[in-house]
Amino acid sequence: MYFQTDNLSVGYCGKALIKNINIGVEKGKILCLLGPNGSGKSTILKSISRHLKKIAGTVFIAKEDMNNLNSVEVAKRLSVVLTEKVAPELMTCEEVVATGRYPYTNHFGKLTDEDHRIIEESMAAVSVLDLMDNEFSHLSDGQKQRVLLARAICQQPEIIILDEPTSYLDIRHKIELLGILRKMAVNQKVTVILSLHEVDLAAKLADTIILVKDNSVYGSGCPEDVLSDTVIKKLYGIEAGSFNMLMGSVELPKTCQTEPKVFVFGGDGYGTRCYRALHKRGISFCTGVLYHNDVDYQVAMSLARQTIFEKSFRPISDVIYEQACKAMLNCKVIIDTGFDLDGVTNRNRQLLELAYNTNKPILSLRKQPQKTKANIQYFNDIGSMISCEKLMLESGEKISISMCS
Amino acid sequence: MESIKKTLYLNKSKLGKIARYQCIYIVLIIALLAAVIVSVNSGTVDLSVSEIFKIIVLKAQEGSVESNVIWKIRLPRLIAAGVLGGALSVAGFLLQTFFRNPIAGPYVLGISSGAKMFVAFTMIVLMNYVNVLPPGVIMLAAFIGSLISMGFVILAARKVKDMAMLLVVGVMIGYICAAFTDLFVNFAQERDIANLTNWSMGSFSGIGWADIRLITIVVFISLAAVMMLSKPIGAYQLGEGYAKSMGINIRVFRILIVLFSSLLSATVTAFAGPIAFVGIAIPQVTKMLMNTSKPIIIIPTTFLTGAVFCVFCDLLARTMFAPIELSIGTVTAFFGAPFVIWLLLSRKK
Repeated sequence: MYFQTDNLSVGYCGKALIKNINIGVEKGKILCLLGPNGSGKSTILKSISRHLKKIAGTVFIAKEDMNNLNSVEVAKRLSVVLTEKVAPELMTCEEVVATGRYPYTNHFGKLTDEDHRIIEESMAAVSVLDLMDNEFSHLSDGQKQRVLLARAICQQPEIIILDEPTSYLDIRHKIELLGILRKMAVNQKVTVILSLHEVDLAAKLADTIILVKDNSVYGSGCPEDVLSDTVIKKLYGIEAGSFNMLMGSVELPKTCQTEPKVFVFGGDGYGTRCYRALHKRGISFCTGVLYHNDVDYQVAMSLARQTIFEKSFRPISDVIYEQACKAMLNCKVIIDTGFDLDGVTNRNRQLLELAYNTNKPILSLRKQPQKTKANIQYFNDIGSMISCEKLMLESGEKISISMCS
Repeated sequence: MESIKKTLYLNKSKLGKIARYQCIYIVLIIALLAAVIVSVNSGTVDLSVSEIFKIIVLKAQEGSVESNVIWKIRLPRLIAAGVLGGALSVAGFLLQTFFRNPIAGPYVLGISSGAKMFVAFTMIVLMNYVNVLPPGVIMLAAFIGSLISMGFVILAARKVKDMAMLLVVGVMIGYICAAFTDLFVNFAQERDIANLTNWSMGSFSGIGWADIRLITIVVFISLAAVMMLSKPIGAYQLGEGYAKSMGINIRVFRILIVLFSSLLSATVTAFAGPIAFVGIAIPQVTKMLMNTSKPIIIIPTTFLTGAVFCVFCDLLARTMFAPIELSIGTVTAFFGAPFVIWLLLSRKK
């Protein structure tokens, strides 16, 4: 391990909050701390970066005990992006980035041509070169964060520690920032240790994940192995709603517990948008018949009152089909999201034809109309479908709203 | 091609900056010279420029009234105003950086008042034993007083993060010190009171060559030391966390800044009494003029600006209502206070 802590205990004022932390990361890899607010992620990071005095244990960089390094030697190996707000007066971005050269310059901080080259390179790496002469305090939060990252890069460290670097960033800047970190890790073999709030991004960025909860290390390892829906739920104490690790998506808690009045034909990913739209309105629904490997299945499991599904790669069995028929006939409105009708033994098609003959109102999002019948209404988009009268009346939204509120 | 363009652009902006600095320095030096010439030239005894030149450079007419006026009164006063004005501005700059507060200064934070209190205390106690206190003792007393006030302000700064609140605390500490000073004065003998009130009004008059020697030694050594600290000061402007991550020993650094800012403002208070607003306004003006807060540039420039400002203010104090002399604090407040109000209002935006 390039970076390793050995029975590290961290805390404030000599009192240990988290004890016996043993985490390690190889050179050029990314280690990410995940955990709810106040779990102690920052405390760990601050202790590693020596902003906080560690209570006990040792931190090794390249097999060397960090206690044996003086502050300048540490500064040459390790740089930080902190959460604290920085508001220097009349400092240009270039000057802010240039402070990263501090451990390398002479007593008066004279910048050599080499230093200037490194400053420019660092700014170019996070694409803030054009902000060079702008005053730092006039920048947006996203720009500031990137300039501070440039400052950290400019310090030419072997390890960069970032405490919640994505906090103030919009999605584009989040992706860019994490992309830069990934690139640095791969190309320059910089080791990155950071804390994040975005579980989905962490899973995509990190090589190793450390889960921190209630001031203890809750779990660690490769994110692909460690992170699962249940682990996330437990880690953050999510009781309502859900987080789907596979999809990297969050679903809000169910708003309605009434018997389903709407049956949705899902499948091929057409169902998801419809499920979410119904879910937001508090309309209880059931859906089927989905295959276990369908993307719609993941969301349906979180949102639908009842999901009728068949195991992957086999025809829909009679038992499941009967179950779907029953569920559909119990509903007042049927939504056809436009699944694939092909196949001779397509039982969903069979089910849809059955629905056509029931005279129940059918709201269809299908691009190529199948049949013209009084009870079938076609829509171009979910927005108009979801607010149509039939759905309002038949789904008993009035009832469901009054019951749920 | 693009890289060439970039370097050209870079050089251009850098050249622009250097030209700006040079212009400002030339203007400041001209202003200082003008202030010096007018200062030496004005007063109750009228002298021509050539006479002054002869007296100062050629040491002509030694022992005459004219020579004495120039050598014993006007020159020491002028030098004191310049050096102490500069010292005050540098102290202000250090405090502003230290507290991360653009409106900090030795006067508003109560540091000058602390120095004054302790000097008054020392004077009253020691005047029972000796007639004249050596300048070194007064300075030491002022230094201790400054450190006491500074200690309280630092304690307060740990609790209050709001910069306006910190100033309120500073002003209150100033009032407490003033109350103690009054208390001491009540116990003083009449002869001492005259001495004390004259001094505490704030004036560059009555500073002799022996004082000047001490002042210049202390101020220029501190100035040199502060210049040596300009690199960590620059890093500290990014905040303590980042400064630490760049390898600065924060504890030592903070102690040094406290010591030097107290020493500089104590020197001023010891010899000229508390002088208001120079410490806040001049570093700010300098930063605006130079359009940077880089310590290596700001420290010497603010010293020069402070010197020019105080020489001018002293000139006004002497001549505006001659033969009545105003206290230097009156004049600096007249210019400084409105500037600080403007600074406060413009920051609210």
